[in-house]
Amino acid sequence: MIEAVGLTKRYGQTVAVNNLSFSVEGGKVTGFLGPNGAGKSTTMRMILGLDNPTSGQVRIGGKLYRDLKDPLRTVGALLDAKWVHPNRSARAHLSWMARSNNIPARRVDEVLDVVGLSTVAKKSAGGFSLGMSQRLGIAAALLGDPEVLLFDEPVNGLDPEGILWIRKFMHRLADEGRTVFVSSHLLSEMALTASQLLVIGKGQLISHSSTEDFVSRAAENTVKVRSPQLPLLREVLIRASAEVTDADTALVVAGMDSDKIGEIAAANSIVLHELSPQTGSLEQAFMQITGDSVEYHTGIETEAKHALAPTAQ
Amino acid sequence: MTLLAVERIKLFTTRSPWWCALITLVITIGFGALIAGTAPDSVAIDVGTTEFGYNFGIAVIMVLAALSVTTEYRFGTMRTTFQAVPHRGSVLAAKAAVVGLLALVIGELGGFGAWALASVLRPNNDLGLNTAAEWTNVAGVGVLFAIAAIIAVAVGILIRHSAGAIALLLIYSLAVESLVSLIPTVGPNIHKWLPFNVADKFLRGSPGAGADGPPPSDAVLSPGWALAYFAGFALVLMAVAIGVAKKRDA
Repeated sequence: MIEAVGLTKRYGQTVAVNNLSFSVEGGKVTGFLGPNGAGKSTTMRMILGLDNPTSGQVRIGGKLYRDLKDPLRTVGALLDAKWVHPNRSARAHLSWMARSNNIPARRVDEVLDVVGLSTVAKKSAGGFSLGMSQRLGIAAALLGDPEVLLFDEPVNGLDPEGILWIRKFMHRLADEGRTVFVSSHLLSEMALTASQLLVIGKGQLISHSSTEDFVSRAAENTVKVRSPQLPLLREVLIRASAEVTDADTALVVAGMDSDKIGEIAAANSIVLHELSPQTGSLEQAFMQITGDSVEYHTGIETEAKHALAPTAQ
Repeated sequence: MTLLAVERIKLFTTRSPWWCALITLVITIGFGALIAGTAPDSVAIDVGTTEFGYNFGIAVIMVLAALSVTTEYRFGTMRTTFQAVPHRGSVLAAKAAVVGLLALVIGELGGFGAWALASVLRPNNDLGLNTAAEWTNVAGVGVLFAIAAIIAVAVGILIRHSAGAIALLLIYSLAVESLVSLIPTVGPNIHKWLPFNVADKFLRGSPGAGADGPPPSDAVLSPGWALAYFAGFALVLMAVAIGVAKKRDA
């Protein structure tokens, strides 16, 4: 549904998005993942025709955004929840948007109801909390009952309840067959929300795969085993060509899943006290993969060392 | 028509246009009443004098018009607008039309209001609208307000920041034009062609000697051509603004 070909955006000397090509399919939540400053928002603005690409193009259902008739009926987007006039009421904000795309006025009350803002519809949007603003932004995105939905960092700054609500909401939209494209800089959040992952760093495509694949590729999967017969166990596992490392009173096994380890132990009549798969931290994995592409390195480790050096001596 | 309705909803669902409209009316009518009320009975005031307040009213109208654009940039609703309607030219033209229309209505209310109030205060002066020039002087206030509003919308689109746009508009229309005529030799010749000076020529024509109020405009165009010149200036500025907005990232 969304197809980018060679999308590039330059601001003077800086390249925000570099030759990005991808396609986002319908009926799924596709996560758009990358560290801050990776070019996610710029890409989204180019999809919506707000920023002009330096070269390349992006099409929605085969059309350029500016060629869509009543675009809100095809693409709904929440790029920034604060893009609302603070003195204008929630209903008035949605009313002019509805009017501009020939959407019936009753739809305004419908979407306000969907996001649970009916009771504050006449209140000025300036007084809304971040969570309420986010809901208003989602209402605006849903206004035209669009096929394609874009959300830029929708859970940023929300409380756990709000995060859960948005996550469920996006799943519902995808289950209805819509194309949901949502950006985030948090892999842990995306792992719960998205079934497909588009990962970028420094404006370039790093990977495009299912979330599962990305996570399993990213995280090093090991199994921790404890047994009173450790030396024997180590021997048989190595013979079965597993990578084994000692960790105090346990073994950490790589390159073999827990099923296989259990079977080998049983075949050799070895007692096991623990057999637990270990998943590497997603954040660590993500940083490993996008590591070289982070725009602003903090050098926090070196700084910490310098700061601690005097006290250590 | 849809776009006009959209811009109308946007304009009237915030507070600043209402305040600006009110202030414009108070200033335009108030100055007329002030002069009519304080001038000694021995001095006869004419129709042109009652419209003296338009100089200040037009400034407030330009604030209103510039704000209608710059607040949209300030709060990001311009992006939402371009997202809803990707044809930026039509959106901005519709905005200029709606704001211009509002300015026209305010100007007519202010122009006729000032004249009517002065007529009540000075029953002994001849303030009847007997000539075409006198009609222009009263009814033309709304027309000038509308054109000035379009200029301000264009400046708002080009500058995008409230403070910058308003400062430029006010300093230019209230001070710069008259200061230009102080430049030796060429100053007065340039001044004859500056838009707000030419606009004044349309409104007041060349009042006879002895009339109250500021000196007549030194523009050389006839009142009719002066109006065309002022309107043309606004349209060119608007076309430039739309061209820039189309190329720029929102």
